[in-house]
Amino acid sequence: MAIDRLEHSQRSALGLKNRLKPGDWLFTAVTGFAAIVVLAVVAGMFLELTQQAWPALRAGGISVVWDTAWDPSHKVFGVGAFILGTLITSVFALVFATIVAVLVALFLVEIAPGWVARPVSYVVELLAAIPSVVYGLWGIFVLGVFIRDHLGPALIRYLGWVPFVDGTPLITGLFSACLILTIMILPTVMAVSRDVIAAVPRSQREGILALGATRWEMIRIAVLPYARSGVLGAAILGLARAVGETLAVTLVIGNSVQIPGNIFAPAYTMASVIANQFPEATGLHRAALIEVALILLAITFVINVVARLLVWKVTGGQRAVVQE
Amino acid sequence: MTHLNLSPVRPSDEPLPDMLRETGGASAEFAHAAPRPMPEGTPIALSAHNVGAWYGSKKAISGISMEIAKNAVTALIGPSGCGKSTYIRCFNRMHEFAPHARVEGTILLEGADVYAPGVDPARVRQRVGMVFQKPNPFPTMSVVENVAAGLRFMGVRNRAEISDRVEEALKLAALWDEVKSDLKKPGIALSGGQQQRLCIARTIAVEPEVVLMDEPCSALDPVATLKIEDLMRGLAERYTIIIVTHNMQQAARVSDYTAFLLMAGDGAGHLVEYRSTADIFTNPHDKRTEDYITGRFG
Repeated sequence: MAIDRLEHSQRSALGLKNRLKPGDWLFTAVTGFAAIVVLAVVAGMFLELTQQAWPALRAGGISVVWDTAWDPSHKVFGVGAFILGTLITSVFALVFATIVAVLVALFLVEIAPGWVARPVSYVVELLAAIPSVVYGLWGIFVLGVFIRDHLGPALIRYLGWVPFVDGTPLITGLFSACLILTIMILPTVMAVSRDVIAAVPRSQREGILALGATRWEMIRIAVLPYARSGVLGAAILGLARAVGETLAVTLVIGNSVQIPGNIFAPAYTMASVIANQFPEATGLHRAALIEVALILLAITFVINVVARLLVWKVTGGQRAVVQE
Repeated sequence: MTHLNLSPVRPSDEPLPDMLRETGGASAEFAHAAPRPMPEGTPIALSAHNVGAWYGSKKAISGISMEIAKNAVTALIGPSGCGKSTYIRCFNRMHEFAPHARVEGTILLEGADVYAPGVDPARVRQRVGMVFQKPNPFPTMSVVENVAAGLRFMGVRNRAEISDRVEEALKLAALWDEVKSDLKKPGIALSGGQQQRLCIARTIAVEPEVVLMDEPCSALDPVATLKIEDLMRGLAERYTIIIVTHNMQQAARVSDYTAFLLMAGDGAGHLVEYRSTADIFTNPHDKRTEDYITGRFG
């Protein structure tokens, strides 16, 4: 380059000096620091939780994970029932919310005209802005009553042959919590799925149409497979929210430490037991609750790792499809 | 003609004759109107009469008529924005996939009106295949699955038949030797030129009568481009090929007939001249054609 042969003074005169260097350095330092802070917060949380839960960890050992008896007055702290409650409600919500969300997203992107799609999209996204406590109260006064009087009996009558669909529908119980969670994570899963489906390139749609596909065949063969890694990601976002959701679930799940015998039985989740008992807990009880929090954190971590592996496997090792 | 009779029937749809609704009167009426550079008696695969197309209120092409010779390569040339892609997208009813798109005029495929009421656009597209500007293999499918993608719409389910047709299509697309050892790998793992030949294989696997190519080489390097051009000459023995290109040398190399389109004062593309390729490049009749092919504009 000719510029290299210029005298230093000439370069300065041309404004070609490395004026940006301090700015670049500062930018690297600030962004790097922010990234390290995030890592430090996570690591610190793990350490702190482990330390605080240590008495319970030492007393209970690994078996608390499958022990289902929880009796603070007798210093029995099995976490199994809470883990089960969290897993059942979250997985139920994940499956049903994803199915409904993908159907809604397909309708909005592929079928509905703009004047329908925009308001519907907006309303579904608005569901995400409703506070958790409102969902909980609505769950008790509206959804719970509906389940007790109509939905529950109908399910038992028509789907009674399905395992665990029996018992007595109440206002609060496992099923109410499942439905509330489904509704609560729906907007997140729907919004992300909609964006992912809308981002399927036109060239993919036209490519399959040009081979003689109908609109439904286009969706099934070109759109959904192309969008599947994104939809999976959307579902994981929803799952993460469902696992940690506390207040609404606490209000409607019934808060009973047991292995639920059917879908209408009261149950308990990890987040709920912490919220309910932490204020009064002392000593080993307190340590045990912190242990529950530690397990919750670990489960969230495992879910994220497994989900990432799943996305990676489904997409054949590509992070995302970059082809346009 | 035997080839036409093999044309697949979608089992779920109405029988073929309905689709082939005769518009003989219209055909005869238009026969003299559409430009016809080929010798008298040449079979016609597709004839377009007074075709206009809109995007919303914007008119993209206006009153273009052409008769397309069967088993020949017909090139559409012209500067960007002259509507040549829009025009061929009317032939397989792909234009209407664009929002607020509209088509007027008549397009006859072997004498049958592809815009007649009750005609299923999906069936039209089986008979009029399309290769796009950018290679667009389906990223979640392997090489084989890509080529077989259209077969299921024809009701071909038999595994042996699928693999025969896939192999034949890949051979016709001059890709078989390069991919036969790893047919299971993803279609997008191939090079750009191979991807485009994969898309050609995918298109001819469904045995269309007409293959539309919308600037099929514009995203490829010169070597890959030459391969596709060679391929086109061979494919013309079995298929009617219509290629849009802004590369005049390409039109001169591959096509039998060439049409020159130009945007007129109203902003819509018009047909300026449509003659045999040899004629149009050596002895253009219209001053605008001459200016374009001698590189004076465009």
